[in-house]
Amino acid sequence: MKKILRHRMFWPVIALLALIVLNTIARPSFISITVQNGQLYGALIDILRNSAPLMLVSLGMMIVIATRGIDLSVGAIMAVSGAVALTIIADSPSPDDLGTVLVAILVGVLVSLLLGIWNGFLVAVVGVQPIIATLVLMLAGRGVALLITGGFITTINSAPYKFMAQGYVIGLPFAFFVSIAAIVIVALIERRTALGVLTEAVGINPEASRLAGVRARGIIWGAYAASGVLAGFAGILYTSNIMAADANAAGLYIELYAILAVVLGGTSLAGGKFTVAGTVVGVFTIETLRSTILFLGVPSAVAPLFLAIVVVIVVLVQSQRLRGAVAKLAQALRPKKPEVAR
Amino acid sequence: MTMVDQAPVVEVVGATVRFPAELALDRVDFRMFAGEVHSLMGENGAGKSTLIKALTGALPLDAGVIRLHGEQVRFSTPHDALAAGISTVYQEIDLLPNLTVAENIWLGREPRHLGVIDWRRMRTAARGVLVDLGLDIDPASLLGTHSLAVQQLVAIARAISTEVKVLVLDEPTSSLDLDEVAELFRVIRELKQRGVAILFVSHFLDQVYEICDRVTVLRGGRLVGEYLTRELLRIDLVQKMLGRSSGELVTRQRSDPPTAELTAPYLSARGIEAPGIDGVDVDLVEGEVLGVAGLLGSGRSELARAITGVDGITSGVIRIAGTPRHPRQPRQAISLGVVYSSENRRTDGIISELSIRENITLALQAQRGILHRIPASRERELAASWIDALDIRPSDPERAAGTLSGGNQQKLLLARLLALAPRALVLDEPTRGIDVGAKVEIQNLVTELADNGLSVMFISAELEEVLRVSNRVLVMRGGELVGSHAADSLTVDSLLAMVARPDDEG
Amino acid sequence: MTSVPVTTEKAPTGVVRRFLSRRASWVPVFAAVVLLVVIFAAAQAYFGNILTPRVISALLLDNAYLFILAVGMTFVILTGGIDLSVGAVMAFTGMFGASLMRDGMPSAAVVPIMLLLGAAFGLAIGVLVQYFDVQPFIASLAAMFAARGLAFMVSLDSIKVEDGAILWLQSTRLQAGVGSWYITPTGIIALLVVLVGALVLAFTRFGRTIYAIGGSEQSARLMGLPVVRTKLLAYVVSGVCAGLAGVVFTAYTGASYPLNGIGTELDTIAAVVIGGTLLTGGSGYVVGSMIGVFVYGTIKTVISFLGADQSWTRISIGALLLMFVVVQRVIVARSNRR
Repeated sequence: MKKILRHRMFWPVIALLALIVLNTIARPSFISITVQNGQLYGALIDILRNSAPLMLVSLGMMIVIATRGIDLSVGAIMAVSGAVALTIIADSPSPDDLGTVLVAILVGVLVSLLLGIWNGFLVAVVGVQPIIATLVLMLAGRGVALLITGGFITTINSAPYKFMAQGYVIGLPFAFFVSIAAIVIVALIERRTALGVLTEAVGINPEASRLAGVRARGIIWGAYAASGVLAGFAGILYTSNIMAADANAAGLYIELYAILAVVLGGTSLAGGKFTVAGTVVGVFTIETLRSTILFLGVPSAVAPLFLAIVVVIVVLVQSQRLRGAVAKLAQALRPKKPEVAR
Repeated sequence: MTMVDQAPVVEVVGATVRFPAELALDRVDFRMFAGEVHSLMGENGAGKSTLIKALTGALPLDAGVIRLHGEQVRFSTPHDALAAGISTVYQEIDLLPNLTVAENIWLGREPRHLGVIDWRRMRTAARGVLVDLGLDIDPASLLGTHSLAVQQLVAIARAISTEVKVLVLDEPTSSLDLDEVAELFRVIRELKQRGVAILFVSHFLDQVYEICDRVTVLRGGRLVGEYLTRELLRIDLVQKMLGRSSGELVTRQRSDPPTAELTAPYLSARGIEAPGIDGVDVDLVEGEVLGVAGLLGSGRSELARAITGVDGITSGVIRIAGTPRHPRQPRQAISLGVVYSSENRRTDGIISELSIRENITLALQAQRGILHRIPASRERELAASWIDALDIRPSDPERAAGTLSGGNQQKLLLARLLALAPRALVLDEPTRGIDVGAKVEIQNLVTELADNGLSVMFISAELEEVLRVSNRVLVMRGGELVGSHAADSLTVDSLLAMVARPDDEG
Repeated sequence: MTSVPVTTEKAPTGVVRRFLSRRASWVPVFAAVVLLVVIFAAAQAYFGNILTPRVISALLLDNAYLFILAVGMTFVILTGGIDLSVGAVMAFTGMFGASLMRDGMPSAAVVPIMLLLGAAFGLAIGVLVQYFDVQPFIASLAAMFAARGLAFMVSLDSIKVEDGAILWLQSTRLQAGVGSWYITPTGIIALLVVLVGALVLAFTRFGRTIYAIGGSEQSARLMGLPVVRTKLLAYVVSGVCAGLAGVVFTAYTGASYPLNGIGTELDTIAAVVIGGTLLTGGSGYVVGSMIGVFVYGTIKTVISFLGADQSWTRISIGALLLMFVVVQRVIVARSNRR
C-alpha cells in the first residue's frame, strides 16, 4: 500500500480519476458512450479525440524538459506546419488525392523538424538559455505562418486530410490512434533504446554525465528536434480538425498546456526523471478539465482562469513537497534550519 | 604579537554542523585575538569552509556557540555577522562585476541626499578607501573590467570600509601574483596594527608562515590543535594536516613492483601544461599503482583532469598505447581505455536520482551508443555482479544512488568505470571522507586491480595510504612535479618532508 | 611563488579606455541607437517621407502603452526574472476599468483601482517566485492565464469607454502647428514613466539593489541587501506599469477588448532585449528599452509603409531578438572566461 502511495504516478492518476468521478456525478451522461453507425460517441470519446494535438506536443515537451530545457515555440511550429500543409493542398489541383495529402503532411513535418533542429542548435551549440532560444521562434514563427497563408485563413476541402482528425477507424476516432502511435513510438524510443536513461542522466547532472562519457550535446539537440517533429504532427491534426490554417489561433497557448501536462504527470521542471505514462495522464487531466469547464457553461475564453488556478495549486504542492522534505531534514537535525546554498 | 592573556575577540566553542551524509564539523573550538593574523589549515573536507560559513552567518551551527567579546551571539544571516563587525572576503569573489567599483564598496550603505544616491560623494569616499589600500583605480569604472587581483582588493576595501573587528580572508591569494601578494600582506599588516583580528586561509604554506601568528589545524571536521606559528615546524604542520603519528610503520601492499623500465607505459605524458600545472611528465605503467602525493593546490587534481580529457591540456604530448592522443572530452579518453573518477563524487560523479543499476551501466551505455541498449537482463546481471564484487550496500540495484553512503557511492563510481574494462584508472581522492572499512576495501581493490594488469593512478592527501598502495610515488608541489620515487625507497617521514618543503627550496 | 599569473592592468591609454571601463554596459544601448538610425536612414532613403514630425509623433502615440510595459519589464528582467503576464494584465485592468466606468464610476476613482489591480498581480507573481521557489516564467504564466480569464469574465465583448477624462488623454494633441510635432497626454505619461524609471534605477538604493540582484543574487544576499523585498517590488512595479498601460491602451482604442494585448508580453520582452538589457539580469537601462520600443514601432511603421503584411513585424523582431541574444551570449561567454 505504501508503495502505491509513494509511486510517482499515484497523485496524477488520483487527480484524473477524481475529475472523472466529479463529472460523472454532475452529469451521468459523461461516461455514457453511444454507438452510432458503428462509431462511438460520448464525452470521453471527445476527450480522446480532442486531446491528440496536446498529446503529441506534450510528449515532445516532456523530452525537452527532461534535459532541463523548455520549448516555447511548439505553438508557433504547429501554426507553421499546418500552414505549409494546407497551402500545399490548397494549391494542388487534386486536394482529394491521397498522394497530395501525404506530400503535404510530409513537407509540413519536415519544416517542423528543421525548426526543431534550429532550436536545438541555439540551445546545445550556441548555449542560449532554452526559454530565450525558443522565444525567438515563438515570436517569429507565427509571422512565418501568416506569410505562408498570405495573411488569410486558408481553408481546404480534402477528404483524406479531414479524415485524420475527424475520421473513425474500428469505431474510434483516427486522431486517437495517432495519439497512441505517438505514445508507443516515444515510449519505445526512450525505453527500448538507451535514449531515455541518458536523457535523464544529462537532465539530472550534466557534468557527471559528461565525465561518464555521455554525449550531452547530441541528446539535447535531438530532444528539440523531436519536439519540433511532434509539434509538426500536432499542427497537421489541428488544421485537419477545422480544415483551415489559422496562423493566429493554431496552437495558441499550447506550450503552456503542454508544460502543465508534463508537470502534472510528475516530471519536474528542473529536468531529470520522466514518465511517458505520467504525461499521458497529465494530458487527459487537462482535456477532462477543459471539458468540465465547458460543461459548467463557462465561456471557453474564461477557461484560462481555471487553468491558472490549477497551475498555482500544482506548483504550490510541488513546493510544499519541497518544504516537507526540508522540514523532515530539519527535524532530523534541529528545529530551525534556514535553506542555505551549500 | 601573541597576547594569550588577552580575551579573544571572537570565540567558537563546540561548533558542530551536520550535512545529510556527513558530519562536517565535530565539536570544534576556535578563537581569534585582536591584532593577530590567524590561519585555518586543513585539507579538502577538513571543515575549513564550513567553520568560516558558521562564523560569518552563512550557515547555522547545529550545536555549539559563538562568542563575540565574551558575549554569546547568533548570526542567522551574513548581514548579522557584518553588523557585528565580522567581514568576509570569499574565495570566489562575491562582488558584482556589473556594477562600478565605488558601488561594490558602498552598496547598501550608499551616501544619500534626500533619499537620492549621491554618486559624487560615493566616488570620493571610495577613492579614499582605495588609496588606503594603495590602489589607484577609477572608482566609477565597472568592477568587471579589472583583473581578479584588483577585484580581490576591492572586496577587501569593502570589508574594511565598515567598522571591522574581524576580517575573514578565504584563499585571498589564489589568484594573485607575487607583487600583488606583497601588496596584500602590506594591507594585512596595516590592519593588524589597527587591532583587527584577521583570519587568513590559504593553502600556500610559505604565505602562512610569512604572515600568520597563530594556526588552527582541522582534519576531517575535527580540531587537531591550535599552535603559534613560530613554535610549529613546517613539517609538523603538514603532518598534523595530513594526519598521522610519526614513526608508525606502513604495511605495504605492493611489495613487488614490476620494473617500469621493462614495460612500456600504457599512458605516457610529457611536458603537460594546463591551468594549475606546469610541465609535468607522467607514466602510467600496466600492473603498477602510481601514487600522487601533494597538498591541496599542488596540482594533483589538475594533472588527473588534464590527462583524462576532463579539462584538456594547453600543451604537451600524451601517448596512449604508444600513439599520440589528445582527448578533449572524457568520452574520448574512455574510448582509449583511460577513465577518471572525480574527487567530488556527489557533484561530478553519481547521478543521484538514477538507480544503482543505471549508474553502474551509465558509462558503458554511453560508450555503446544510444541505439545499442544493453539488454535489460544483461544490465541486471552486470549490476548484480558489480554490487557483489565491490560489496555495495544496500545491494538493491533499484535504489536511488543518492541515498547511498559516501563509501558506497565511491564503490558505485568504481563499478561504473570498471564496467568499461579500462586499461588505466585515474582515481582522485577515492577514499576522502568515507568510513574506515570502505577505505580499506577500496585500497585492497586498487592493489588487486593492479595485480590484474590495470594501471592505476591514485591521488590521496593521506601519505600513509599513498605509500601503502603505490609502487611509485609522484610528489607534486605548486603545479610542478618535484620528485618520482619507488615507494619502497620512501618512508612517511621522507615523503612528508618532500611534500612540505618550502617552494623556494625546490 | 606559484599562483596563476594574472594579466596586469595596462595603463589607461586615454579617453576611450576610461569611457569603456565606465560605460561598457551602455554599449548595447548605443548599438540599439545605431540600429534605429540605420532603419530610419534606410527608410528615409527608400520612401523619402518617413522622417516627418507626423510619423515620429505617431510613433510615440501608437506605442505609448508599450513604453510603459517595457519600463516595468526592464525592472523585472534586470533582477534576472521575467514577467509574461503584462499583456493579459493590461487587458484585464482595461476591461475592469471600462466596466466600472460604464457603470458610472468616475475615472478619478477607476484609474487608481486599475493601478492597484496591476500591483496585486505583480505582488502575486513576486510571492510565488520569492516564497514558493516557483520559476518566474511559470509564476507569471499563471498570472497571465488568470488575467486573461478574468478579462473575459468581465465581458466577452468590447466595452466602449465614454469617460471624458480618459478619452482626453488620447484626443488632446499638444501641437506645434498643423502637420507638425504633436504629443498626447498618453505620450507624456509614457515619457514620464521612462524618466521616473530611469531615475529610480540610477539614483535609489532600490534601483541599485535591482542591479545587484541581477549581477548575483547570492552576492547581494551576502552583502546584506534586502533581496526579498526588492524582488517583490520589481514585480509590483511591472504590475503597476501593466495597470497604467491598461489605462493608456483603453484611452488609445477608446474601448476595452478582452483580446487586447495578446502576444504583447513577447513584443515587450523583445523591445527590452533589443534595447540592450541582458536577459540574465544585472545589465541594462530603461532608456535602452525606450530605444527598443522605438525600433519596434519604426519597423512596424516601415512595414505598413511598404504595404507588406504585418506578420513581417514579428518576423523582423524575432530576427533582431535572435541577433541580440546571440551577441549577448557571446559577450557573456567572453566575460566568463576572464
